[in-house]
Amino acid sequence: MLGQKIARHGITIVATVLIGALVSATLVRLAPGFDTDEAQLDPHLSSSSIEALRQSRLEQHNVLAFYVRSLKRATHGDLGTSISLGQPVSQLLKERVPLTIRLAGMGLLLSWAIVLALALTAAWLRLTAYDTLATMLSGTLLCMPAAVLALLSVLWNMPGALAIALIIFPRDFRFTRNLLAKAYALPHVLAARASGISESRILFRQVVPVVLPQLLALAGVSISLALGAAIPVEALCGLAGVGQLAWQAALARDLPLLVNITTLVTLVTLLANSSADVIGHMFGGQPS
Amino acid sequence: MTIWRGMACAVLVLVVCLSLFASWLAPDGYAKQYREVADAPPSATHWLGTDEIGRDRFARVLYGTRISLLLAPAAALLSTLMAALIGGLAGYVGGAWARIAMAITDLFLSLPWLFLLITVRALLPLNVSPLVSVLVTFLMLGLLGWTAAARVLCTTAGTLRGSDFVRQARASGISPTRLFWIHVAPNLKPVLYAQFWISIPVFILSEANLGILGLGVAEPMPSWGSLLRELEGLVSIGEQPWKFVSLLLLVIVVTSFQLVLSQEEAAA
Repeated sequence: MLGQKIARHGITIVATVLIGALVSATLVRLAPGFDTDEAQLDPHLSSSSIEALRQSRLEQHNVLAFYVRSLKRATHGDLGTSISLGQPVSQLLKERVPLTIRLAGMGLLLSWAIVLALALTAAWLRLTAYDTLATMLSGTLLCMPAAVLALLSVLWNMPGALAIALIIFPRDFRFTRNLLAKAYALPHVLAARASGISESRILFRQVVPVVLPQLLALAGVSISLALGAAIPVEALCGLAGVGQLAWQAALARDLPLLVNITTLVTLVTLLANSSADVIGHMFGGQPS
Repeated sequence: MTIWRGMACAVLVLVVCLSLFASWLAPDGYAKQYREVADAPPSATHWLGTDEIGRDRFARVLYGTRISLLLAPAAALLSTLMAALIGGLAGYVGGAWARIAMAITDLFLSLPWLFLLITVRALLPLNVSPLVSVLVTFLMLGLLGWTAAARVLCTTAGTLRGSDFVRQARASGISPTRLFWIHVAPNLKPVLYAQFWISIPVFILSEANLGILGLGVAEPMPSWGSLLRELEGLVSIGEQPWKFVSLLLLVIVVTSFQLVLSQEEAAA
């Protein structure tokens, strides 16, 4: 059963990435300006060099052939060359991925620490004032563009990871709070409370098993949120990660670089969601 | 209607009215430059001061609000219609069509929203006229923002398809088109309505994010995104607090939308 689930997720991931890459290749091929190359305007180039450049562009005219060639090269670790930076995409990614992993990882840890602390306290205390305050805090942060939170983090000299945490926190808090409130209202939890069992015992024995699969699914989604938040945070805080690279590629319309980053992020997102689903399944839940 | 919802509605009506009367409240427009008073603090002539090239910030906030508040609902309408067409029909028809439609939806959903936006924005020319940049930005939001709503609608339509009253209507020989318009579509309306309201603040915030990153509405056209770019040049918050007016307005408007739509969500 678990093996089947893992296999199904594996097939879905491979199919999504392949189809996604085909769609990306098609869009890149059809994007305005694909056929033109600034290098052709270079007066230092001879007519034969310009002709060679034109020929190399013509070879990419067929979308399917373009896709198959790119895929073949990718299997050998060659992800092409960035137009704007003039460096191999694989090298650029190798240099930048560790920082994004560190930043997003720290952001996720911080965010979940805040979410669980606030949501659990709200569920335990059941004080309207506390609940309203926590909800207002998450509501205010939810109404701020992620890029503004990144700008404010620069103004207040906050670490980038904290900015990511503040972007993710309100999205996770609402769901976690509602989930915990529902779990604490379950009859067997109320009965356990009435019989005088300690709060920590109720939490770990009665509440956590109920909410864990859904929290794991939410954790999977959080990874995607953290990667999305990395764009404004890295771009505006001057951190040389994948998010900043994606932003620079978008501004320079460096499509080969952008498509590779997009495919990588899609892969990470799918892996995170599938892992969360499989782990949730192992704990006997049905996360959705 | 709760008091909070009433206040939120009043705020939204007020802001929309102010932005609609922008040409009357700020007759000189958003692009006129007062170079002799560039980067000036608030005064009797320029209520919110001027930006670094001397444009009246109050006028720019009003016109920017108009653009964001008129086009975000338009994009939300487009995305809701697309969600209804793709998700609603997929759920109603079911079978292979539903599987294909949901696979496409999953493909879109597997990419973080901001990554999807900047990738698609980069595929389109960046060096375009301000008006085209406004249309491209909001059209892109409308055309890409349907996926989450389509999933909800597919599930709702699928549930309706299997419901007793639809089965009974089908058994009585009603045509599929009539069945859809008379029995299914009216039941999808609350979900569509909620999805429309949910999309508006999402699109307002997305436009703001794109604007700050320089991938949104082009200068000199103002929008909340391009207005918030001013904050990039600040050294401290207390330095020029009037520059935060556009952010404050954005937060107030999005909060008002959240308060209004919390009731819609409950209704859906």
